[in-house]
Amino acid sequence: MELFWEYAKAFLVGGVICAIGQVLIDYTKLTPARILVIYVVTGVILGGLGLYQPLVDWAGGGASIPLTGWGNTIAKGTREAVAEKGIFGALSGGLTGSAAGVAAAIFFGFLIAVAFKPKNKED
Amino acid sequence: METVTNRAYAEMVKKASPPSNSARNIPLAFLIGGAICTLGHAFIKLYTSRGVPEETAFPAASVTLVFLSALFTGLNIYDKLAKYGGAGTLVPITGFANAITAPALEFKTEGYVMGLGAKMFIIAGPVIVYGISAGVAYGIIIYLFRLY
Amino acid sequence: MATNIGQYTLRLDQSPSIIGSAAIGGKKEAEGPIGRMFDIVNNDALFGQKTWELAESEMQHQAAQKVLDKCNLAPGDIQYLFAGDLLNQLVASHYGLRELGIPFFGLYGACSTMAESLILSSMLVEGGLAKKVMAITSSHFCSAERQFRFPLEYGGQRTPTSQWTATAAGACIVAECSQPPYVRAVTVGCIEDKDVKDLNNMGAAMAPAACTTIKRYFQDTLTGPDNYDLILTGDLGQVGSDLLIQLLQREGYDIKKKHADCGLILYDQRTQDVHAGGSGCGCAAAVLCSYIIPAIKEGKIKDMLFIATGALMSPVSVQQGQSIPCIAHLLHLSSTPNPKPQGGNL
Repeated sequence: MELFWEYAKAFLVGGVICAIGQVLIDYTKLTPARILVIYVVTGVILGGLGLYQPLVDWAGGGASIPLTGWGNTIAKGTREAVAEKGIFGALSGGLTGSAAGVAAAIFFGFLIAVAFKPKNKED
Repeated sequence: METVTNRAYAEMVKKASPPSNSARNIPLAFLIGGAICTLGHAFIKLYTSRGVPEETAFPAASVTLVFLSALFTGLNIYDKLAKYGGAGTLVPITGFANAITAPALEFKTEGYVMGLGAKMFIIAGPVIVYGISAGVAYGIIIYLFRLY
Repeated sequence: MATNIGQYTLRLDQSPSIIGSAAIGGKKEAEGPIGRMFDIVNNDALFGQKTWELAESEMQHQAAQKVLDKCNLAPGDIQYLFAGDLLNQLVASHYGLRELGIPFFGLYGACSTMAESLILSSMLVEGGLAKKVMAITSSHFCSAERQFRFPLEYGGQRTPTSQWTATAAGACIVAECSQPPYVRAVTVGCIEDKDVKDLNNMGAAMAPAACTTIKRYFQDTLTGPDNYDLILTGDLGQVGSDLLIQLLQREGYDIKKKHADCGLILYDQRTQDVHAGGSGCGCAAAVLCSYIIPAIKEGKIKDMLFIATGALMSPVSVQQGQSIPCIAHLLHLSSTPNPKPQGGNL
């Protein structure tokens, strides 16, 4: 039962974060790229204010998988790096914190692009 | 077409254009987005159960989803899912991976350097630019005000 | 010789003939309501080529070859060629038609190019400047999508007002008055901009241009919707068609019963998931060349107006926040030529 609740929380929080994005798509003129930018910057701000980490602790993947979670890791990495290295950490922390996701997207994107052929949309 | 002003015409356009089907789109975004996040959570659980520490399990789960998204993009499955998922496939990190992989694959015909390499970032580039810039700004603020 | 009637309309007294036409479509187009009328259908969206741009070029090449074959002509029999497509620097036309060796004019009229090229071809023939002229246009879903919108593999939702760029091409040969369909009059459109900025609502952007051109034609020729069997627009789609009917209603013309749109003919809106309908140069071209021209030839359509509309923005201008300038060109096509002027008085 406890396991069920854990997954239910992830599903619920992740779903709500995505549903908000759909509201932005349907009711504003925001393009997908702008929405992604808004999400990541919101994640940095909420993470910076210390408001996002509790959500990650509560909902796990439901909060860490959306791009706001990625913004949160940027803020987290920056904070830790500034504490450790001072002002230089402001530059190095963000990428360090989010490095795995970016590097994975670039590398797997590269691999797949090399391996596959562009195809027509079937419908 | 001098008889209709631009403003009056904008009103006519609004009336003639069918709105997005939000009653369908929003629940679908919730379901598909929620499902992707739950899958991510399952990977977190899987990795921690194998003894991976939490601070590694979270990014490892994200990386796993990024890989699956890139693969499904290559197989032309992700864009079909996105037709229904909308923001549910856009907002999770899988949407970011799709936004990187799709132009890389599509613009391969313009070469591996200026096509695949450069155009990889035409959609997702701004996310990196503004995410990192916001992080640096945040770092400078907390450094100046000693908030760390 | 041609006669100016009113301010904008040119009556082609010699009534040049469209002596042949050919249409090519992709898989989705072939599955549509008029799919079986295409001369060539290719289920491979790449048309055996390496890139989408070359695929579109190949489509134009095949359309040109097919119309020549159907008319039993060689490229050397054609004196001029007017061609265009949606791609930057008209690469589909330039690469597809480079081997033909026909004196060439490249046109950019976006989706209005079929009407634009037919008008210029007809004018040359009417003026006695050429015996046979070819007009050809194409569009390809994949090449247009990657130039104007997103990569094909990118997951995005299309809005209900968006239209589907047709993978299709059409070619016509215009010659001296000999057989139906005859081009009896043409009205060249002016650029019109009603400040529509939504790239996903092209029909709405283009409808005012169509309204102006049609109104000017009616005023110049002292005719109205009742004088025609069909008023066919290029690719206004569902939204643009509704708006055009409303706009012309305000001007005092009720075209509702006579109007049809190529974007709504090419695809089945209910089953083919094209949202507001088809679009692209190839949409109007393929519908005209496969379905309409034979119908006029057989006398099923006697008098009709063909109005192809085009949206003249570029991705750059739209990103810079500019609205979408549009244009509409009109041809009066008929199963009978203009009556010969008698005794020199008109």
